[in-house]
Amino acid sequence: MTTVLRAHAEDQFADELEILAKDDDRPRPPGWKLSPWAVTTYVMGDGEAVTPKYIGPRRIVEVAVATLATDRALLLLGVPGTAKTWLSEHLAAAISGDSTLLVQGTAGTAEEAVRYGWNYARLLAEGPSREAITPSPVMRAMAEGRIARVEELTRMPSDVQDALITVLSEKTLPIPELNEEVQAARGFNVIATANDRDRGVNELSSALRRRFNTVVLPVPATAEEEVDIVSRRVEQLGRSLELPETLTGLAEIRRVVTVFRELRAGVTEDGRTKVKSPSGTLSTAEAISVLTNGIALAAHFGDGVLRPSDVAAGIVGAVVQDPVSDRVVWREYLETVVREREDWRDFYRACRDAD
Amino acid sequence: MSVSVLGIRHHGPGSARSLRDELERLKPDIVLIEGPPEADALAGLAADPDLRPPVALLAHVPGEPARAAFWPFAEFSPEWQAIRHAVRTGVPVRFCDLPAAHGLALDRDGSPDGPADGDPGEGGPGAVAPAVPVDPIAALARAAGYDDPERWWEDAVEHRGDTPFEVIAEAMAAVRDGHVPDAREARREAYMRRTIRRAVKEGFERIAVVCGAWHVPALTGVPGGGGAWGAGLPPVKADDALLRGLPKVKAEITWVPWTYGRLASWSGYGAGVTSPGWYHHLFASADRPVERWLAAAAGVLRDEGLPVSSAHVIEAVRLAGSLAVLRGRPLAGLAEVTEAARAVLCEGDDLPVELIRRRMAVGERLGHVPDSTPMVPLQRHLREEQRRLRLKPEALDRELDLDLRKPLDLDRSGLLHRLRLLGVDWGVPARSRGKGTFRESWTLAWRPEFDVDLIGAGAWGTTVPAAASARARDLADGGPGSGRGSLADLTGLVERCLLADLPDALPYVLDALAARAALDNDVTHLMAALPAMVRARRYGDVRGTPAEGLTAIVDALLTRICVGLGAAVTGLDDDAARDLLRHIDEVHAAVALLDDGPAGGVSGDETPRGRWTAALRGLSGRSGLHGLIEGRLTRILLDAGDLDDAEAGRRMALSMSAGHPPARAAAWIEGFLSGGGLLLVHDARLLGLVDGWLAGLAPETFVDVLPLLRRTFGAFAAPERRSIGSRVRALGTRETAAAAADEIDEARAAAAVRTVLALLGRTETP
Repeated sequence: MTTVLRAHAEDQFADELEILAKDDDRPRPPGWKLSPWAVTTYVMGDGEAVTPKYIGPRRIVEVAVATLATDRALLLLGVPGTAKTWLSEHLAAAISGDSTLLVQGTAGTAEEAVRYGWNYARLLAEGPSREAITPSPVMRAMAEGRIARVEELTRMPSDVQDALITVLSEKTLPIPELNEEVQAARGFNVIATANDRDRGVNELSSALRRRFNTVVLPVPATAEEEVDIVSRRVEQLGRSLELPETLTGLAEIRRVVTVFRELRAGVTEDGRTKVKSPSGTLSTAEAISVLTNGIALAAHFGDGVLRPSDVAAGIVGAVVQDPVSDRVVWREYLETVVREREDWRDFYRACRDAD
Repeated sequence: MSVSVLGIRHHGPGSARSLRDELERLKPDIVLIEGPPEADALAGLAADPDLRPPVALLAHVPGEPARAAFWPFAEFSPEWQAIRHAVRTGVPVRFCDLPAAHGLALDRDGSPDGPADGDPGEGGPGAVAPAVPVDPIAALARAAGYDDPERWWEDAVEHRGDTPFEVIAEAMAAVRDGHVPDAREARREAYMRRTIRRAVKEGFERIAVVCGAWHVPALTGVPGGGGAWGAGLPPVKADDALLRGLPKVKAEITWVPWTYGRLASWSGYGAGVTSPGWYHHLFASADRPVERWLAAAAGVLRDEGLPVSSAHVIEAVRLAGSLAVLRGRPLAGLAEVTEAARAVLCEGDDLPVELIRRRMAVGERLGHVPDSTPMVPLQRHLREEQRRLRLKPEALDRELDLDLRKPLDLDRSGLLHRLRLLGVDWGVPARSRGKGTFRESWTLAWRPEFDVDLIGAGAWGTTVPAAASARARDLADGGPGSGRGSLADLTGLVERCLLADLPDALPYVLDALAARAALDNDVTHLMAALPAMVRARRYGDVRGTPAEGLTAIVDALLTRICVGLGAAVTGLDDDAARDLLRHIDEVHAAVALLDDGPAGGVSGDETPRGRWTAALRGLSGRSGLHGLIEGRLTRILLDAGDLDDAEAGRRMALSMSAGHPPARAAAWIEGFLSGGGLLLVHDARLLGLVDGWLAGLAPETFVDVLPLLRRTFGAFAAPERRSIGSRVRALGTRETAAAAADEIDEARAAAAVRTVLALLGRTETP
């Protein structure tokens, strides 16, 4: 048992990677630790020794892996909470055996994070030299032929984003101060993630956009799939946060997931009634947090059983982001859908109280 | 003498190409094709350049147009290529399947399990959904480790383009091993054999038989079973026994134009041609299909103004290629090029992908048939209807007055309304001269181009009601010509469906309406839609149309209105308030017409009226309402008995008080009194309040509000105004309102009372 709060993917699943590498006799692209087939299996699971990491359509993962194999960079796009970062971490771990070469995009990310910085003590003492350079994760990935990850690409200022253009098209990083360059070794590539909802914050220039193949991660396709994801994560989180044991009925999870899905999709699960969608994203991740929150409430203040009243407040909070328009949406949903369902009576009352 | 049985996959482009080459090689002197033999005479039309696929052979029973079957052909259908080859080389073509006369008769007699047809590319006549007991392609695909039989066939056959027909025959023989065909399939195959035997007897030397791969073993016998054809097949006697005494109807057959959209969507046709455009592309482009496809997709996107460069296409082709390798396919298929287009050309956006799917993968090709083609059943059905309803098509304008209480006229009206839905404006409704809802006036004029419209509309169905229903459903989906239907369009469509008496289409249109209503954010749209729906539900109408489903919609509409009204009434200017007031009045009137639902078990607040009143009650207490609306709400609640006189008086005093600007108070009065001024005649206290407020106004403010008051009081009837005037005069002399009661002269009133009671149907009170 390690003391770290969260282990890297390549450490946590080291044994699975080892099994796959041992049986993998297909051709591997240069610089790859596994063949593309094995990478896909690692992510999707094989039903036996290899657990599924990403639950969703196989074609998404296949396109992503095929993209990385063609030396094109990969851009994972999606609303918050659709496992973009999760998928990019596991892809990097499976392909390079290293998911740590990470640039986190923020409004304050500087160009040094993408290119290189200087160790000023050495710069002053020895003058410009390769030793005085502090390489960025991208530069190290190029030198070692690994996968670099850029998180939240669209949060970065545009000029920093554009530093990637040369890297992606010429596969080289010039160092004009030394009149040198770092050429990418085989196996280098970039996985970037960006948030659909942030479009327009720092829109990618079309020059950069053209260098990426874009894969949009969808919200879970079926209610069963989403219930599966949510109950898995809720259980894992509960264990790692050491919440007291509560009786978490699958029924309650299913109800929360159903509410989220129906509002997100704008239509009830039976496809008979249209509803309006609120302004929030209502991602799977939010459903997980509503449930975790409800479990904490039930464990510490309730009778240890997750009840509708424990999740009602959380749901209302997640749905009603805009106090005027979302409240109308929520009340309409409550009155036209929730009230009609016989076995949802207690939930309806709890929501009316929480409203 | 040789008989070559060529097994094909219906609508398989690779199959079509290899068939074309094989026929070139074989040079047959007769071609037999799986299809209804009634169409033998029509095959010659394929030489006409005006017969352009996609087209379909349509067999139907005259007089029973609903009983019909289709055999669609596209450019890339092997059968079509076989017909073309025969026509080009001048050899006879015969169709060898069971005649449609029998097939349609069997359908009617209800062969209980339908055409049990193992053939993957075939549903047989479209009238019956095929129940497939065993899917040979799926069995082969499973054996090859594919989960999707379509993909397996593409990989193993279509993409090769050179799979010899013997291999297919052997594979099918293996799959069919031990399979016992059901009655219908046995008959079909017996008939095919009989047709081949006849061709042999007539002395044809090189006979080519083109049929679904599934039937090959039944037509060739034991593979390699010795030189002569027919070894290992059932004897002539057994086949004759099978085919003896089959039921028969009179069937007619013709070509009709078809579309790729219908080829893709037509349910009941088991061919699963979900992407005819892609197949067409595979068939039409000889080399580099992936490159050509993606370049064309880039063209489609550029036409829509999306920037797509050649570099994009290059990367898309590379991605499609490596995806195909990753999935272990010999060549990128539609799935791969679509993924590549999505990831590279469309930058992950689904909308342009949908555009490519619609324009290219399905395609918008429309077939064409020459003028010499026999008439379509829709025309025939209309002809019959015209005879039945004694309505003759005439070129000159003719006025027609219908009395909908007569069954004949009602049917006539239905027919004309249905034709209008189909875009055939034979009759144009004229303004009705008589009073009452049971009269309808039309102007009739038949124009020759209506025949063309009818042929075009033939794709919707074979009878006027069926075609009109299909068209109405399409309109509800926002089909071509309707745009994205707005709420008003859809309510209009509901009304048209009711007029045209299309009970089949109505539920679908109502569903669409419910969906649209749920997404509409503008409460005024909903409010505008409600009254018409309530009227339709309440009266049904003279036509006696059943309108189930309307109740649910009306209920949902009302719920949404009640919830959303609160947000809609705030921050309105004068014009918007006046507009909303009109809607509130209309909805209020409509709600009054609604039944209160089942009496038992529903508390007062659950009835439509209860909910509406509750919503209004919730609103009326709010501050910041426009004066007009607040006044009107108070009045409505007062009339509904929800407020008592004292409370109404308090509210009036509140809004008349000096804290409000005079213009608002005037608006309040207008709203309050817009339902008529009698209230002021009878309630002296309210009159006193108005009088006091008016008298207390400063001269210049009085001039300001005068136009508003003039408008309010000007709308009252003259006697009302006179009574109010006399009341106001009486106010000065301290005469109480109670005096009004004393003025009644019982003796003079008795006659009127008697009449009223008689009208109400009550006997005179003793």
